[in-house]
Order: sequence, then C-alpha cells, then structure tokens
Amino acid sequence: MSNKDTIVDAPTVNKIARLSRLDIPEVNKENLTNDLNNILGFVAQLDEVDTSNVEPLASVTGHKLPLRNDDVNDGNIEDLVLKNAPEKSSGFFVVPKVIE
Amino acid sequence: MNDTSTLKPGHIQGETGIWEMVIGLEIHAQISSKSKLFSGASASFGSEANRNVSLVDAAMPGMLPVINEFCVEQAVKTGLALNAKINNVSVFDRKNYFYADLPQGYQISQFTKPIVGEGEIIVDLNDGEQTIIGIERIHLEQDAGKSLHDKHPTKSYIDLNRTGVALMEIVSKPDIRSPQEAGAYVKKIRSILRYIGACDGNMEEGSLRADCNVSVRKSGEEFGTRCEIKNLNSIRFIIQAIQSEAERQVDILEEGGIIDQETRLFDTSTGETRSMRSKEDAHDYRYFPDPDLLPLEFTDSWVQNIREKLPELPDSLKKRLVKDFGITSYDASILVEEKDYVDFYQQVANGRDGKLTANWMITELFGALKKDNLSFSESPITSENFGELISLISNGTISGKIAKEVFSEMMKSKKSPSKIVKEKGLEQVSDDTEILKLIDQVISNNQDRVNEYLSGKDKLFGFFVGQVMKLSQGKANPGVVNKLLKEKLK
Repeated sequence: MSNKDTIVDAPTVNKIARLSRLDIPEVNKENLTNDLNNILGFVAQLDEVDTSNVEPLASVTGHKLPLRNDDVNDGNIEDLVLKNAPEKSSGFFVVPKVIE
Repeated sequence: MNDTSTLKPGHIQGETGIWEMVIGLEIHAQISSKSKLFSGASASFGSEANRNVSLVDAAMPGMLPVINEFCVEQAVKTGLALNAKINNVSVFDRKNYFYADLPQGYQISQFTKPIVGEGEIIVDLNDGEQTIIGIERIHLEQDAGKSLHDKHPTKSYIDLNRTGVALMEIVSKPDIRSPQEAGAYVKKIRSILRYIGACDGNMEEGSLRADCNVSVRKSGEEFGTRCEIKNLNSIRFIIQAIQSEAERQVDILEEGGIIDQETRLFDTSTGETRSMRSKEDAHDYRYFPDPDLLPLEFTDSWVQNIREKLPELPDSLKKRLVKDFGITSYDASILVEEKDYVDFYQQVANGRDGKLTANWMITELFGALKKDNLSFSESPITSENFGELISLISNGTISGKIAKEVFSEMMKSKKSPSKIVKEKGLEQVSDDTEILKLIDQVISNNQDRVNEYLSGKDKLFGFFVGQVMKLSQGKANPGVVNKLLKEKLK
C-alpha cells in the first residue's frame, strides 16, 4: 500500500477502542494504527470517483420491499429465545448491571 | 428591578434583559398495531417477560425483518393528517449503539429518507389564540427492550417484549416559543393520533412520550446551543421540564458561562433537569442503509386510498360544530379535544339544543367527572340519559335548578333522569291554576310588602318570585310565575 496521509492517529485509536469497550494492549497499538490507515487508505481510493450527481444506492436488486399483514403469528417461544443466554431468571435475561 | 408580572409565557427576565425560549419536540408514538414493525410477535402490553419475542426480535443470526403494512399505513395517515409531504420512496437505516436491551446492536430507523417530510399543524392556546407549528419529518423505527435494574443488587434483568414494537417519531421544527405552547402542541398531536387511530396516545403507559430540545436567546438573535431532555411522559412534566431547563441555561449564560450541548433527564422529584451522558461518550450512531431491507415504496393511488379513508379531523370538526349547533368556537375547541367527547356531544346534540348541550357537558358533566376523579370513559352517564336530561330541561319538564339535582343523582345511581324526576316528584309545575294558588298564598302572607310594592317599590318583585319558588320547592316554572305575578300585582 502507498504511504497515504494518516487517517487515524494514536489518540483516535484509543478513543474508538474505549467506545467499543475493547481493551487493546499498548504494544499492539502501533501495528493496529498502521493497519487501520492501510485499510482506510485503500477504501479512500473510492473518493476519486465523482459521485456528486449520483443518488446514494440503498439496493441493487430493483425489487420492492415486501409488506406483511398485521397478524400475530410468532412469539410464545421464550424457552427458545432464552436458550443460549449465559444467565437467566424467571423468564428474563440476566446481565451485569448497566445503569447510565 | 423590572416588573416580571407582565412577562409573556416563554420569556425569562434576567439581569441582562429578557430571554426567549426556542423549543423543538420529538414525539415518539407507539403505533396501534397488533404485531411488531418487523416481526409477527405480539405488540401488546403487560405480558410475561420475553413472551412476545420472535427470533427476529432476539436478533438470532440469519433472521430477516419483514415490514408490517398496517404500520406503514399509520405513518402515512399521520403524515396526511399533519398536512405533510408523503415520500413515496423511503429508506431504513441502522442506528448503531450498544445497550443490553438492544439485541441487534442497532435500531432500525429512518435517517436520510424518512417516510414523511415537512408539514404543519394549528395549535390552540389557552387564551383562544392559535399558532402554527411546523413539522420537520416523521419516521418509522423500532422500540427497544426494557431493562429492570431493581431486581438484583449487581445485575440487570432484560425483557425483550418491547423490542421491535413500531414507533413513529414526529419531529417538530424549532417553532415553539413557550412551555405552554409545547404542551398545547403535544395535546393536539395526541388528539389527531387518536382521531385517526394510529396511536392510543396513552402517556401513562408510555405509548406517547416526548424528547424536548430547549435553547434560549435574546429576541432577534441566532439560536443558542440546545439541550435535549429525554423521555417525558406527561404534558405537565413537559411544561415543568422546559421551564426549569430554560431557567438553568439563562443562569449559566448570565454568569458568562457557555451551554454544553448534551442530553438531560428530568427529575420529577426535584422538578429539575440533570445531565444524562458525559460528553466524552458522545454517540456516533454510524447510520447506514439496512442491507436486510429494500427501500420502502408505494404508489400515489395507495396514498390516495388512505386519504379517502381519513376521518374528519379536529380542526374541520370544530368549524362544523360552530356552524351546525351555534356554539362558541371556544366550546367547540374543548369538545373536539377528544374523539370520545365529540362523538358523545353529537349523539346528544342532534335534534336537541346544541348550546344547552355544550354548556351542560362542559360545565356540569366535565366538572363532576373531574371532582370524582373519573375519566370520560368511566362516566356513569350514558349519552341516552344525558340527552333525556337536556330534553327535560328544553321542554320545561324541569327547571335548570332541579336539573342539577337530577344530574347529581344520575352521577350516583346511573338511573335515567325521567325515572329520577318521577320518583322524587320533581316535575316542573307550569299549570296556571296551581301556580295561582301559590301566588295567592304568598300575597296573603305578605300583605305589607304588597302594599309597599303597589306604592312604587318595584324592586320587591323579585322577592315575590323568590317566595313563590320557595313555596313550590323549586318546581314552579319561573317564566309562568313571573307572568302570573305581574298580572296579579297590577
């Protein structure tokens, strides 16, 4: 990859790691920063295409969104829904306390 | 000191002059569908934990969302009722954030291309004035699940029954200038949603809640930095929270501080707002079009079909009540506030005295319900019985005064008014001979005063009317009493 301008620097990596709740060891940070810059630099080549007159694309199939009737025909499967939960109690998922 | 008693609502008197509030509201209205926006699980309230959850709602791998046509219709209907632009093509986006009650890790919402664009509504203020509030947009989105923090000291309990229930977010323009206007705006939106059946508008159960954006400025200046107060679930709290938040901002600005743009919570116990999220955790939602969903498209004729099925809305109904029944615009605006009121009113007033009906409904019925702490749907008085009461007054069977007695008995016993009148012998006496008997009795008991009256003390006439009425226990027809007394005392 070319030596594109730096897109992310060390403080940015720290910030997004924190927002993503990822604990990244200090020794890996330099490599990670380089990797991210390489990836983003690669994708940034798309900026060379002039899209000023192009509508953003939400789908390539040309199909329309199918609609369903307002019928209740699902649910009542709490056992299945809770089956993979690491912890549950009286029908609830149980997770570490999260209060903002 | 300046005189603050003449301050307009929405104005705050500071040391440096008068500040004006700028307010915009985001109303979240739960759509009255049976099933969820993208799954066939029930959207009903109050079930066992995780009962109304499909594998789509639980975000199991490989599950695909399929949109509910009824929900799309309700959003379009709401847009039409708010005179707004309907977008025949709209796109669903993912709004990404982490939270334990959001199993997908994103909320499906609409960001750049909402289903409904700009519109406006007329809002009725308390003083009889009206103002127009712009609508910025309406979009469809999923509700999140519910976290319970009080079941365990170190754990949170998660119920996904709400996850994926359809919401409409109705975003106003920053056109609102006082807490009272904000309250009136929410009332009007709620009333319209109930008329068209898109949302039950029940704020206690959370099917209608509002986020308020508040900033302050000196008149004529640019908008100031705003703060968002989240999740207010009553009109009273909306009014209180906006007032207290605006005062907080004025205090900071007048001390030379700056307002941090942030999300705040209203503490109902203190009546003040407090910061909800620290700024360093500022959310970046990384919106992008949901690859699981194609753009939502519909035709003009599909929209037209919905337009033709729209019921008569409060504004036009109000005009019609004034025209058809001759009531005041103020009375009409009270009656059209709720669809239940206006249906009841029309049932009673049709073929009867419209003004009398409006007076009795607004003063006596609403007053009595308020006193007994009852909602309109809990009223013990049916429209048939209420109509009968109005007829009994109109045709002179009972006087207005006796009618109040009958009415309070109706509130207690739910009996029909004619039955109460018969049982208690309350019929108005209009028969000349009977009333003449009473008049003769009053005259012979008060000969002195009769002489005084005859020698020119005209004011005594009212005394004789009062005596006859008293003697009849309120049952004599006051019109007939007046007429006969005048003849007798010539």
